[in-house]
Amino acid sequence: MAQTSSKRIDFTATPRERATPSRGQSRWLEALRQPLPFLAVVVFAIIFALPVYWMLVTSLKSLDEVFADPLVWWPRQLIWGNYPDALQQFPFWRYLANTLTIALPVAFGTTISSAFVAYAFSRLRWRGRDAVFYLILGTLMIPNWVTLVPLYILFSRMGWLDTYKPLIVPAFFGDPFSIFLLRQFFLRQPQELVDAARIDGASHLRVFLQIMLPLSRPALVVVALFAFINSWNDFFNPLIYLSTPEKYTLQVGLFNFFGLHVVNWPGLMAAAAVILAPIAIIFAIAQRAFIEGISFTGLRG
Amino acid sequence: MNTTIRTPPSSNPLTRFWRRLKRSDGLAALAFASPWIIGFCWFQLYPIVASLYYSFTSYNILRPPVFVGLANYQNLFLHDELFLTALTNTAIFTLVSVPLGLAVALVLALLLNRDIPGRAAFRAIFYFPAIIPSVATGILFILILNTQGGLLNVILNRIGLPALPWLTSPGWAMPALILLSLWGIGPVVVIFLAGLQDVPRVLYEAAQLDGAGPIELVRRVTLPMISPVILFNLVIGLIAALQTFALPFVLFANKQDANSIGGPLNAALMYSVQLYSVAFQQFRMGYAAAMAWVLTVIIFTLSLAALRLSGRFVHYE
Repeated sequence: MAQTSSKRIDFTATPRERATPSRGQSRWLEALRQPLPFLAVVVFAIIFALPVYWMLVTSLKSLDEVFADPLVWWPRQLIWGNYPDALQQFPFWRYLANTLTIALPVAFGTTISSAFVAYAFSRLRWRGRDAVFYLILGTLMIPNWVTLVPLYILFSRMGWLDTYKPLIVPAFFGDPFSIFLLRQFFLRQPQELVDAARIDGASHLRVFLQIMLPLSRPALVVVALFAFINSWNDFFNPLIYLSTPEKYTLQVGLFNFFGLHVVNWPGLMAAAAVILAPIAIIFAIAQRAFIEGISFTGLRG
Repeated sequence: MNTTIRTPPSSNPLTRFWRRLKRSDGLAALAFASPWIIGFCWFQLYPIVASLYYSFTSYNILRPPVFVGLANYQNLFLHDELFLTALTNTAIFTLVSVPLGLAVALVLALLLNRDIPGRAAFRAIFYFPAIIPSVATGILFILILNTQGGLLNVILNRIGLPALPWLTSPGWAMPALILLSLWGIGPVVVIFLAGLQDVPRVLYEAAQLDGAGPIELVRRVTLPMISPVILFNLVIGLIAALQTFALPFVLFANKQDANSIGGPLNAALMYSVQLYSVAFQQFRMGYAAAMAWVLTVIIFTLSLAALRLSGRFVHYE
């Protein structure tokens, strides 16, 4: 069931999208003939994009322009100095280093561990495989809150509180969503490749490392990017596990900066924009892979 | 590796199990799956069992847990007004924001499913807000929803509507939170769109030949064909909405006053925020575990109900 739907998904581009350039002109004609749906999309898009524009434009305003009526859509003078000012008002570079210290190992650990597990659920034959796989998917329904208290107590007994270990170590034990994504991708690779290598005496470890992983690079990149972004954006776990301000991540740092400087809106928006920037850049580059990855999740039927 | 050595059949079940493991890919599977197996036991199975135990205790970490039977659960439902407020607020938030989000996302997906120019760009615009970190989103909307001179209120004024105290009045805090949740529906749109693109064109053409109008097409072809996707988004949406934490926390938790976490008169006190407060501000771990279990039971009941009811209206190919 899941296998058939995965065949339709191509992580690089859907056939329909590849066909668009030649049909671009007729699309515009169609939009002119029936302008209402197109206009509706434009209006929605403006509503969705406006807050982001407001963040960027506010980050370049002077203080008296922030709540000015009439609205200041474009500042009289672009105050780029808001950016260095904001970054000086909280230890930005330290928080950046802390965040990367967490997010990079998390991205690596999630990808490699999930790939291992996905191999067991796609290319190996054993009894109860599909039942266990559904159990993995089922764990997605378990609310984090129910495991939180015992984990916190456990980590505190292990002396892990106020360290990065509770934020990094769990990533090395596979993530259900990533396992699912990679399993579907592995299933699409030709079984003959695996069989041929096995007959030549290659161990499963070699098949995995030398055939599966290289073939699955696009899927691995998607999983790593998702993991990186989730870790970068994570607010809750650093909030509860880190107590020393020097160890804070960017998200917790921004939250505290907000508490202290609630009137400095241009500075706050500058800080928010800087913290958003890497995510925006990753999204701009890998947008298609990203959206394919998300589309993919809904298609398990 | 594949050389099977014939050994006499053994009556020992353990030996037989071992031999079967060696003959199939069982051993390799065990090795490859071991990260998840260890992780599942360490980060899910043990904590779930432990939190059920803790939920029957009074426990502040410093001193060992004391068994109190059902007292935590009794206190929650009989004596804890903040809990009941949080439960009610979260129920309202979920019951409004999830169906509303599904409807808006479906409309957007239907619009994008037409052959409009720049579709990929629009899809990206709708998706992007969902990956903006909640802290940035929260602070940005405190700015935009500001009563005096905030972007939204100035626009409302301009079109002749009164300015509203979005985040500072008990009446508007929840509507504001629900509206903001709509900003993050991008992934739902994308999943719907993928579902819509899988609907065979032939079906539309056949229905059109039979004289179906655009509304009938949606009702009789599109909706039944994407009903599994609707169910998927509904269940995922319910689970996420019931656990909403970061956005309401950033919007309403008062930095100066740790007791004020739910906005004006706690009108936007969400379940997760209250749970966070009980666990990590008051360190009442047993009580927090009981709250977590109540939430888990609610989530499982609702998910199962959705799946059960789905038999009636979800259409599988």
